[in-house]
Amino acid sequence: MTETATAEPTSPAAARRPGGRSWAGFARRYGAAALLVLLLAYNAFFTRNFLSWQTLMDVQLRQAAPVAIVALGMALVIATGGIDLSVGSVMAIAGQVGALTVLGGLPPALAVLLALAVAAACGVFNGTLVVRYGVQPIIATLILFIAGRGIAQLLSGGKLTGFRNPGLQFLGLGRIAGIPMPVVLMLLVAAVLWFVVRYTGYGRTLLATGGNAAAARLAGVRTGRVTMVAYIASAALAGLVGLVVIGITAASDANNVGLGVELDAIAAVAVSGTPLTGGRISVVGTVVGAVMLRLLQNTLIAQGVPREIAQIVTGVVIVVALFLQRRAR
Amino acid sequence: MSTSTGSTTTAAPARSGRIGRVLQKQGALIALVVLVVFGTLRYGESFATGFNVQSVLADDAKYALVALGMCFVIMTGGIDLSVGSVAALGGVVAVQLSGAGLVPAVLAAVAVGAAAGLVNGVLIARFRLAPFLVTLASLLVARGLALYLADARSAVAQPGGFTAFGAWKLLGIPVSFWIVALLFAVGALVLDRTDFGRNVLAVGGNEDAARLMGLPVDRTKVAVYTLSGALAGTAGAFLGAQTGSVDAAAGQGWELSAIAAVVVGGTLLTGGVGSVLGTLVGVLLLQLIFNVIVFENSRGGLQISSYWESVIRGAFLLVVVLLQVRLTRGRRAALA
Repeated sequence: MTETATAEPTSPAAARRPGGRSWAGFARRYGAAALLVLLLAYNAFFTRNFLSWQTLMDVQLRQAAPVAIVALGMALVIATGGIDLSVGSVMAIAGQVGALTVLGGLPPALAVLLALAVAAACGVFNGTLVVRYGVQPIIATLILFIAGRGIAQLLSGGKLTGFRNPGLQFLGLGRIAGIPMPVVLMLLVAAVLWFVVRYTGYGRTLLATGGNAAAARLAGVRTGRVTMVAYIASAALAGLVGLVVIGITAASDANNVGLGVELDAIAAVAVSGTPLTGGRISVVGTVVGAVMLRLLQNTLIAQGVPREIAQIVTGVVIVVALFLQRRAR
Repeated sequence: MSTSTGSTTTAAPARSGRIGRVLQKQGALIALVVLVVFGTLRYGESFATGFNVQSVLADDAKYALVALGMCFVIMTGGIDLSVGSVAALGGVVAVQLSGAGLVPAVLAAVAVGAAAGLVNGVLIARFRLAPFLVTLASLLVARGLALYLADARSAVAQPGGFTAFGAWKLLGIPVSFWIVALLFAVGALVLDRTDFGRNVLAVGGNEDAARLMGLPVDRTKVAVYTLSGALAGTAGAFLGAQTGSVDAAAGQGWELSAIAAVVVGGTLLTGGVGSVLGTLVGVLLLQLIFNVIVFENSRGGLQISSYWESVIRGAFLLVVVLLQVRLTRGRRAALA
């Protein structure tokens, strides 16, 4: 993807930018996209009806969209040099709040806003621990990872909370111009993020913060605020995905919504060639990574490869991506 | 409690930080004692009976093993996300070999775990890949292998020596817990008294300095990840012996509970500082919260949802982390 936004030339991260000339540098930047193209080509030839609107949009992209949206928030946090383990729990909380408030008679728009506000508050909690108290991101977000699911389960009483509300279900099942809502949201979030990273002051300060926080601070960047915004965005996007997921099933299952999503999201960011050390973000690459990993799983399973082996292949792909990153440096 | 500190990080503590220091080092122990006293006073005999103590300790043994390995990994400044999956893999292997008897089954689990840890260690130390992502990948691979071996069902143990082990007791305490206690004692000694222990803390304290001093940095890292894998495999074998079967989905989330226990026990995630015995206290403390909730509910009257368990665990972690922040800030101020 030529649009892949890495550090601006002026940012401190530019010094660590791998040379795009070596094959490893190329593979790092375009490996996920190349694998995606290969998978698409393979399926186009060997999978029946693969190149139909329904298969591509309603199956492949729609399945990848929730993880992709969470991964975009994760990419922001990773760009600051952090990590957000709490996204799955935040999904569960936001979904439960959304379900309970529409059941309580709130109009769906208000319920969505309330759920997103609660999710954003979770992000404030994470961000405060990281920024104000200097707690390591893994531990800071582990707290909400553990406690957050308990909070969602307390809200639900451990039971499935079913609801019937066309407004809220629209987020999961609706369509705009024939495109399923989850895919619309994924494209929308990616477009906004791409613009922010590339053309706004926030994007530049984000990469500077992750590249070298001390230098950025000396240059007058308010790194604390930049980092805080990233955690809030990550949590709010997780909340949005929580609402999408409950919209699809018309029920909130606090025990299972978002379980393990943090690992899928981190994997998507990792295969996009973004190092966990921060200072870089690739919006398009993250979406490509999430879609590619999903398509890889689906393709292997469709070929009769057991689900377990498909999971192993995902693990191997992550390690290969890491090797490429290292070679490119 | 034996808390070891990398020599470079010790400095005269600020006086105001002394209480925080004690709380950080012994806070988990104090909380554990308070919780036990509270439980004994409130729930009386049944809480303190051998049966409850036995079931708590037997249950905790596997978590403690995983946390012990995690503690060493974290002290080097790394992290091991694969332990839950490796435990499941070890458990499935042990259960499938249970027909051959106790020793081969457990040894196989340990070997499988150590092999997984060795792969992690080599990728991290020799190839300098990020521990978080390497062990995330091996989490997926080990889980996949466990599911594959178990044929996506739960593996059931052959009756015999293997499952009998789960019920063995010595002085009224499950043998599995004696083994855990022994391993922790050895772990504490290794950390305090051996070159390896010093290397672990030196690597975690300042890896570049350790390398310049000619310490075997790579070998130390490979060793801690192998150790972590072997202990996770053992934990899986214990699980299989206790329950007679291992679900291939077993061990999910153990890595994060282990990290929480290690941190609650006073080990800094930045590496270089750690407490082996504190980790054991951290495990017991976080697990006892569940036990107390069960007792409170069986007492009638006040009903506490078991979902409070994770909320309380998270709150504990929060308090400990904030105390650690105070402590490290105080230390930084003292150095400045």
